[in-house]
Amino acid sequence: MSATDRRWEPVIGLEIHVQLKTATKMFCGCELSFGDPPNIHTCPVCLGLPGALPVLNARAVEFGIMIGLALGSQIAPRSLFHRKNYFYPDSPKGYQISQYDVPLCLGGSLGDVRIHRVHLEEDAAKLVHLGESGRIHGSDRSVVDFNRSGTPLVEIVTEPDVRSPEQAREWLTLLRTTLRALDVSDVNMEEGSLRADANVSVRPAGCTQLGTKTELKNMNSFRFLERGVRAELERQIGLLEGGDEVVQETLHFDPTSARLTSLRSKEEAHDYRYFPEPDLVPLAVSDEMRDAIGARLPELPTARAQRFERELGLDPERAKELAFHRELADYYERALASADGGRDQAVAVANWIPQLVERIGSDADPADSRVEPGALAKLASMVAARQVSRDAARDVLTRLVSDGGDPREIVVSEGLQAISSEDGDQLRALVDSAIAADPDAAEKVRSGNMKAIGPLVGYVMRETKGRADGGEVTRLIRERVNAGS
Amino acid sequence: MTDLIELTAADAAARVRAREIEPGELFHAYRERAAANELNAFTWVADGAPEGSPGVDTALGGVPIAVKDLFCTEGVPSQAGSRILEGYRPPYTATVVGKLSAAGAPLLGKTNQDEFAMGSSNENSAFGPVLNPWDRGRVPGGSSGGSAAAVAAGLAPWAIGTDTGGSIRQPASLCGIVGVKPTYGACSRYGMIAFASSLDQAGPLTRNVTDAALLLSQMVGHDPLDSTSLEFPGPIELPRAEDLRGIRLGVPEDLLGGAGIEPGVRSSFEATLALAEGLGAIVEPCRLPHAPHALSAYYLIAPAEASANLARYDGVRYGLRVDGDADLDRMYSHTRAVGFGAEVKRRVMLGTYALSSGYYDAYYGTAQKVRTKIAEDFASAFERFDFVVTPTSPWTAFELGAKTDDPLAMYMNDFCTVPMSLAGIAGISIPSGLSDGLPVGFQLAGPAFSEARLLDAAHALELAIGFDGSVIRR
Repeated sequence: MSATDRRWEPVIGLEIHVQLKTATKMFCGCELSFGDPPNIHTCPVCLGLPGALPVLNARAVEFGIMIGLALGSQIAPRSLFHRKNYFYPDSPKGYQISQYDVPLCLGGSLGDVRIHRVHLEEDAAKLVHLGESGRIHGSDRSVVDFNRSGTPLVEIVTEPDVRSPEQAREWLTLLRTTLRALDVSDVNMEEGSLRADANVSVRPAGCTQLGTKTELKNMNSFRFLERGVRAELERQIGLLEGGDEVVQETLHFDPTSARLTSLRSKEEAHDYRYFPEPDLVPLAVSDEMRDAIGARLPELPTARAQRFERELGLDPERAKELAFHRELADYYERALASADGGRDQAVAVANWIPQLVERIGSDADPADSRVEPGALAKLASMVAARQVSRDAARDVLTRLVSDGGDPREIVVSEGLQAISSEDGDQLRALVDSAIAADPDAAEKVRSGNMKAIGPLVGYVMRETKGRADGGEVTRLIRERVNAGS
Repeated sequence: MTDLIELTAADAAARVRAREIEPGELFHAYRERAAANELNAFTWVADGAPEGSPGVDTALGGVPIAVKDLFCTEGVPSQAGSRILEGYRPPYTATVVGKLSAAGAPLLGKTNQDEFAMGSSNENSAFGPVLNPWDRGRVPGGSSGGSAAAVAAGLAPWAIGTDTGGSIRQPASLCGIVGVKPTYGACSRYGMIAFASSLDQAGPLTRNVTDAALLLSQMVGHDPLDSTSLEFPGPIELPRAEDLRGIRLGVPEDLLGGAGIEPGVRSSFEATLALAEGLGAIVEPCRLPHAPHALSAYYLIAPAEASANLARYDGVRYGLRVDGDADLDRMYSHTRAVGFGAEVKRRVMLGTYALSSGYYDAYYGTAQKVRTKIAEDFASAFERFDFVVTPTSPWTAFELGAKTDDPLAMYMNDFCTVPMSLAGIAGISIPSGLSDGLPVGFQLAGPAFSEARLLDAAHALELAIGFDGSVIRR
């Protein structure tokens, strides 16, 4: 988006579909599955056979309420199911049972994005188009797998509060972590248990009126969401700057070509003919039921970040970086629990987590790495106690990632113990050697050109193989140079 | 030897339990008659009682039952009178049929009906019209016309049907038998091929009120597979009442005035009211001010629900598929064009229109408000009256083809039965006599779950009327 950023404000709302991990489907007793042979988890209800009737899954309702409470939504004491009518082979009844004008949850927020509504519905069956195109038009044959038919879904709709593709991705990450904390879904975008659509528009900066929006469908990874939204913002800004108008339409983002293709325009929009589902009674949620579910909610990522900030003294960015990634936060808390210095070391240990992530990759769970949480805590405390320099400790961490083990033993066996002026004359002697080797640099430092100190510090660090503390070396050189004048 | 066919079902069950007759003998006698199928009442007849049928010491005593085609029966054709389901054999059995079978009533056969229960004459069946045993040139009523004709002609001891706006009561009336539309939610709808989900109810069609009570007692109850079904409050005993002392009957003149009731039907109705007074009943006019609008509301609500309920017949998974090699839209439209009859198409179009964006409030929304008003009308009527009474149908059985070109005239069949359906309350039709040699029906309607009282009152009236309930053999 480059320079146009400042003239156009993106306005983005997200619609998230979450497959719930209940034992059985939304309206029948069929088992939920992923990756099983096709059409083995079916019954008259989820096949839409004549005469079959839906019965609401109580566990799915409970999960829906948990999500609503976690997002700070109002839970409706009475909500309704509607039929959303459309013909397609993935819809065995010819309608989807969903919630329409009276959803289970209204309002709320997560992070800095407000929630519009949260409702329950059922997933469609899975269509596979055989033939070259992979789309229904032009395929030789299409087959349907009803294992997915009737899987419980929660749809979360945000207000249009997202202002950048990066924020969209970050917010979705936070939502995923929140849902994982609730343990209500596998929240796996590649497997489709978490799906994101985005409503995207732009408006001139400072304008309060909304521009014409387009809807981007089913971007199936966090990266594609960010890319798809960015591509669409660029397209819309290009249109508007060229004097054209944005047309309201539904778009499909193709991640391989990074192109957006139109699925349907406003004129072709479906009339879903919603009406109340007569086969179900209104969904009643008592205050007691709501409160009992609320009392069982686990600590959520936003609350955890606040706790890291308040109780452990982490800065807000670091607190979120950990708390919004459950594996990191869990690992961090385990490391803290085994730390010698206990909570005093909270900030020091936290600062080592990004170092670890850099080495194992951002998608890996540190708990699966060879680095024991206690080892990381010990390394952090050794650095804090100046038993090992920061530079040497980075090498130790690299060793821990590849081989595991105890950091203290590695430090001893590799001879990486910190060299300090307090341990004898070795470091002062090296400082003298450095000055002797480069008197010009020493003179420049003496005359106030602090940039010249670099080669002198470098000399000492090289000679100590990084075991000295850079700060201490700098201090010693300045003292020596100034003392000698 | 006793003529088995002349026994009422309750009598036959009692004799089976007393070891006076063999259930196999009974089954065979009816099977022969049903298979001959002179009235086109059956779409399928069983070869024999299923293996492992419950013993003779059961509530229904092995007396076989005819079941309307739209009840799903495992492995047995269940086509709802439609070409689109021709040859369809479901993998499961409807709850109500399962309950009756467990209570000792084996499946005798499946009965013809108007397609997807849409009709009042049985002329909308893909399998041809059913003939009225009283006059084979006339219709049996509908949509449960096959069940009604089979019971009246002694092709089955009893039968079940479904009633959405009158589909049990009206054919019972036109065939001179008893038909009960239970309270909405009294019987499970699981496995009933749906027409209009908020209105459909299963119920008995029988030769007399006692048979109806016996059959209904085994049909009701909450089903975990139907969220709209309810536990029935208290058992349904066999009716014993012989008088109507203190029973207040309300006659809704504002409804009857618009019904176009034939004089012969009107006089039978008046005569029955006089009989009721003779039994101790208090007969007074009652007000149902919104009931005359019931038919209009019904013909928006029922088609709207049907338009969604019938969307599943798309040629993808079961039933008819036309032009399967064409593209998806053509396969859909050709399958439905060929598979559905004219009346079904008319109602699907009506319902689709009524739910369309921009029309929903004016049509479906308004119809629902009228429905609420009608329920309120009945609620206030039942503060003063035990039952509301009307002629079941404005007329007796009409000639085949007489109303097929005029859908609105056909819809008027249900003018007096639809208000009770919209209110979700209980109704019963009993024969009140003949008009020009054809049976007339008398309807009593009571509050939700008043079936036990309703059957008692109907029983007392039935005794007083003394209608000849013997099998029509001609």
